[in-house]
Amino acid sequence: MNLELGYIKIKDIKFADKAEVKNGVLSVSKKDLEKIILEDENFTAVDFDIAKPGESVRITPVKDVIEPRCKVSGGGDIFPGVVSKVHTVGTGRTHVLSGMAVVTTGAIVGFQEGIIDMSGVGADYTPFSKTLNLCINFTPKKGLHTHTYEESLRKAGLKVAYHLGKLGKDVKPDEIKSYEYLPMMQSAKKYPNLPRVGYVQMLQSQGLLHDTYVYGVDMKQSLTTMISPLEIFDGAILSGNCVSACDKNTTYHHQNNPVIEDLFEQHGKTINFCAMIITNENVFLADKIRSSDWTAKIVSHLDLDGVIISQEGFGNPDTDLIMNCKKVEGVGVKTVIITDEYAGREGTSQSLADADPAADAVVTGGNANQVITLPKLDKVIGTLDYTDKIAGGFKGSLNKKDGTITVEIQAITGATNELGFNKLSAR
Amino acid sequence: MSATKKLRVVHYINQFYAGIGGEEKADHKPEIREGVVGPGVALKAVFGNDAEITHTVICGDGYFNENLETAKKELISMIKGANPDLFVAGPAFNAGRYGVACGTICDLVQKELGIATVSGMYRENPGVDMYKKDVYIIETNNSAVDMKNAAPKMAKLGLKLARKEEIGASIEEGYLPGMSRINFFDYARGSKRAVDMLLKKLAGQPFVTEYPMPDFDRVEPGKPIKDMKKATIALVTSGGIVPKGNPDHIESSSASKYGEYDIKGVNDLTEKTHETAHGGYDPLYANQDSDRVLPVDVLRDLEKEGKIGKLHNLFYTTTGNGTSIKNSREFAAEFAQKLVAAKVDAVILTST
Repeated sequence: MNLELGYIKIKDIKFADKAEVKNGVLSVSKKDLEKIILEDENFTAVDFDIAKPGESVRITPVKDVIEPRCKVSGGGDIFPGVVSKVHTVGTGRTHVLSGMAVVTTGAIVGFQEGIIDMSGVGADYTPFSKTLNLCINFTPKKGLHTHTYEESLRKAGLKVAYHLGKLGKDVKPDEIKSYEYLPMMQSAKKYPNLPRVGYVQMLQSQGLLHDTYVYGVDMKQSLTTMISPLEIFDGAILSGNCVSACDKNTTYHHQNNPVIEDLFEQHGKTINFCAMIITNENVFLADKIRSSDWTAKIVSHLDLDGVIISQEGFGNPDTDLIMNCKKVEGVGVKTVIITDEYAGREGTSQSLADADPAADAVVTGGNANQVITLPKLDKVIGTLDYTDKIAGGFKGSLNKKDGTITVEIQAITGATNELGFNKLSAR
Repeated sequence: MSATKKLRVVHYINQFYAGIGGEEKADHKPEIREGVVGPGVALKAVFGNDAEITHTVICGDGYFNENLETAKKELISMIKGANPDLFVAGPAFNAGRYGVACGTICDLVQKELGIATVSGMYRENPGVDMYKKDVYIIETNNSAVDMKNAAPKMAKLGLKLARKEEIGASIEEGYLPGMSRINFFDYARGSKRAVDMLLKKLAGQPFVTEYPMPDFDRVEPGKPIKDMKKATIALVTSGGIVPKGNPDHIESSSASKYGEYDIKGVNDLTEKTHETAHGGYDPLYANQDSDRVLPVDVLRDLEKEGKIGKLHNLFYTTTGNGTSIKNSREFAAEFAQKLVAAKVDAVILTST
């Protein structure tokens, strides 16, 4: 399996009658997008806005962040099983509208939707202050059932990103990255002296608005299984969840999974990156035991030397993380786990809900309970109506006198990401 | 406190570093001298115009450890008399009894006099394990040769503490981990750090975990209830069930409080009377019928059927979502006393 990613650097976004990508400028037709979105009768209205790095703009409550991509060659299409037909992806060539994102917002679905500040101290904590953001603000039909709203919103964002991605199909990329992912036995033959390394990605699947979709399948209904990391670059894994904003993996995080990128960076040099395993984070104990048993079983069967295990969410999934780590170490395979911490606002509480001595190599995305005061920004895309209610907020978070917002960084989209997307850490 | 004011510092050292003698002089009784003595010279050089070591307190390691209570009293009174803004102890490097003395006296000065303190030790010094959660201890090498590295770090952190400035993460300031977990921006993104750590682990090279696993707190289950027919049962939940409108504004995540609510005469929680404040799960079903999380209806049935003595007329609730273990422990410690006082025999604790 080989995949080429062609990155088209987007330097600006503007609204225009004709949609196109030309000289690094993405022109967006509001009319086209409105038509795509309002096909779904669950929405009564939609507006669009553009937020640029450095502007005095706050986007909230953020639901998902998505990067527009399109298949140029190779089988299947972007977001298989959800937007396009089910077909294995991850080969040939894919074009990426890089440096930008589609950000969905609107009246809140659950409590756990985040804040993206394009400037000020909050901008340091979210990777999406550095992207040009095409924001979509949805107005749902009155009385719409939460679950239906979530599904409609999720799909609408993906459809828009899919549509915009297509505009890059015939554009010459600024940069091309090539990835090679060989069948296990061939890979072992090609790199006989390098340690065999795998990646175990835990996907949020607690249910009740905490779901992740793989080729359209709700991951909580799946056993632990294998996937090619290249499939993920083509949108095989999609976010459908409302866990706390700081450590939920948006679709953008999946598309740009940094563990995959950094393992490929070392592939053929210091390691042989030859396996990727996806497992779930279900709430029932029997599921946790079964899924972590299967993780260890697959890792052992593949005769790997080491794995990186990444988590999504916190609290309940801490137990899945520790079970995976303990059982994988138990079959003689070395682990490094990536998590984040809820050490309390003072930072003196125990950081995880579970612990085991086998977890001796931990990377942390930081303490999500750290309190931060965000300055008043000139413009809000979305609404501040829910600032006190979102996870990480509290009564009085929004200071009505001076417009500042005091929240835990838990409320900031992507702040303590557990794929290791950021430099933030804690000691 | 103005940053320009020259701070007053008291420095603590043992008999060896004071040049009094080795083991044979370890019974040296506490004394206070004006100005710097021994390693204080290195600290004085780095303090420059920011602070002045006005006094040095000296105590033999043997005397301190063998006459702990007396030594503590004598030393605290000497230190108090010198009226410092900052108290510096050691560094003790790998000297065990000296390290324990430095930790003990720093902890005492902080607690009794409310004065900022800093010490320095090698990571295997027994004083580290005893005091790393209470005292800022700069990590040193295992011998006094490291004084040139330790002194600037101790002085810099000491000044920040005395001036009540923001303290960075342990890795930035050079103190041993154990105090608060503090966020900072590291050298590379987390995924790269994970790959780097895995490469070291695979090669059998030393690596440093970013989060050392704590000793996990295991709670022994209580004894079984002998006669449920006579038992008073209370309901407690971390599922966030509150009277409609969340009157005490319990946070949807990272709760800073719990609620105590009356259910006397309430047989059923309904959409009109109760809801959840919890932000960690889809609230729809809990809002439709809060009995799904806090089973008042079922317990009332059991009460009528005589299977339990009675349902306690108050329930306790908070949101477990991202709420720190420290806060949870404090809430429970408080309402457990109320439950005991109300002669509740058992609690059904529901989570989500």
